[in-house]
Amino acid sequence: MSLYRDEGIVLRTHKLGEADRIVTVLTRRTGKVRGVAKGVRRTMSRFGARLEPFTHVDLQLHNGRTLDVITQAETIHPYGEALVHDYPRYTAGSAMLETADRLIMGEKEPALRQFLLLVGGLRTLGSGGHEPRLVLDAYFLRSLAVAGYAPALEACARCKAPAVRAFAIVAGGVVCGACRPAGSAVPAGETIALMSALLKGDWATADASEGRHRAECSGLVAAYLQWHLEHGIRSLRHVEREPASSTTLD
Amino acid sequence: MYEGVLQNLIDELGMLPGVGPKSAQRIAFHLLAAEPADVKRLAHALLEVKDKVRFCRVCGNVAAEEECRICRDTRRDTHVICVVEESKDVVAIEKTREFRGRYHVLGGAISPIDGVGPDDLRIRELMTRLADGRVTELIIATDPNLEGEATATYLARLVKPMGLKVTRLASGLPVGGDLEYADEVTLGRAFEGRRLLDV
Repeated sequence: MSLYRDEGIVLRTHKLGEADRIVTVLTRRTGKVRGVAKGVRRTMSRFGARLEPFTHVDLQLHNGRTLDVITQAETIHPYGEALVHDYPRYTAGSAMLETADRLIMGEKEPALRQFLLLVGGLRTLGSGGHEPRLVLDAYFLRSLAVAGYAPALEACARCKAPAVRAFAIVAGGVVCGACRPAGSAVPAGETIALMSALLKGDWATADASEGRHRAECSGLVAAYLQWHLEHGIRSLRHVEREPASSTTLD
Repeated sequence: MYEGVLQNLIDELGMLPGVGPKSAQRIAFHLLAAEPADVKRLAHALLEVKDKVRFCRVCGNVAAEEECRICRDTRRDTHVICVVEESKDVVAIEKTREFRGRYHVLGGAISPIDGVGPDDLRIRELMTRLADGRVTELIIATDPNLEGEATATYLARLVKPMGLKVTRLASGLPVGGDLEYADEVTLGRAFEGRRLLDV
């Protein structure tokens, strides 16, 4: 099969040569694909804004020796348009794309659940119904769960005892007093409840949570994610916590 | 693999952007066949550019002196600043002969995924320039891609409380193109920014 078609979310782009770009896309059927978009940086390019990060696109690709070549692209939904005019949402969205890129290591290995999760995450982020950092943490927890790293939040990660005392990243979630390793965090009960709500998609509980519990939850989730990825997420440093007033140009 | 100095030259040329091993080899053999005076002129130009070119202390553009040619030009309008990502963008805008104000070169665009945040750009220097109250309009001319738009949003949010007029270069259909090939985002922006025909 030299020519194939798939839909996907553009995760990131790299400049290549004079006017080309290498575009990394998480596709529905093929998994993560890296393709060359020729001439995409020219203002008269036929691709236009279709291959910008966050865009949900319908692609036609040609199998190449090292990289595939993107021959056609049609926009399904430009999620970036909603995010780019709201800086906190844009930074949270960038962290989502980077995480998807890091979590899915191999190319052309189907990852349908990760794809659906990313589409859902970007849609929720763009709709503006919830605080961006909450959406980001929910995405982190669920993408880790899909990858097989769901944190234990209801009972001790080691002995399954119901009484939990601390959160230990190395143990894989909450732990009881007896199993608690040195250096475990001791978050508030509300923080664990918030993490559980985000993992289950209980937005009523998540939206009602207090700022200090959200901050504590973000710290734990970010540490848990990066420990399992064995890699830092560069975008996290730039994620803005509180939504600022939306800005539009005159 | 070639011997000694020739291989060194090929390796060094191969480090340049867009120059692969084959191109590096072709350039190296071209230089080998060229007149010694031509090669000396090229070597001198390379050394001179590193020695003499610096960044303008006011706007961050490339300059041969402390300040660039545009910042030294007293005929330029000091009330308008055009913010661009790179020095190359200054040249592109200057070619239009439409803008008579001054520039501010950020040195890139905000791209969290690449680890580039506001603190990595010359935004603090821009705020210092705006603080004296002489500037009345800030034109944001970052690239019309996602990183450029995000940078424009960030700058607008930062500058608006200062009471300045903040404008963004128009986005839309390229001159000389066909409407049917325009993508949805570009066409949407062209509709947003449509203007009244004054005939």
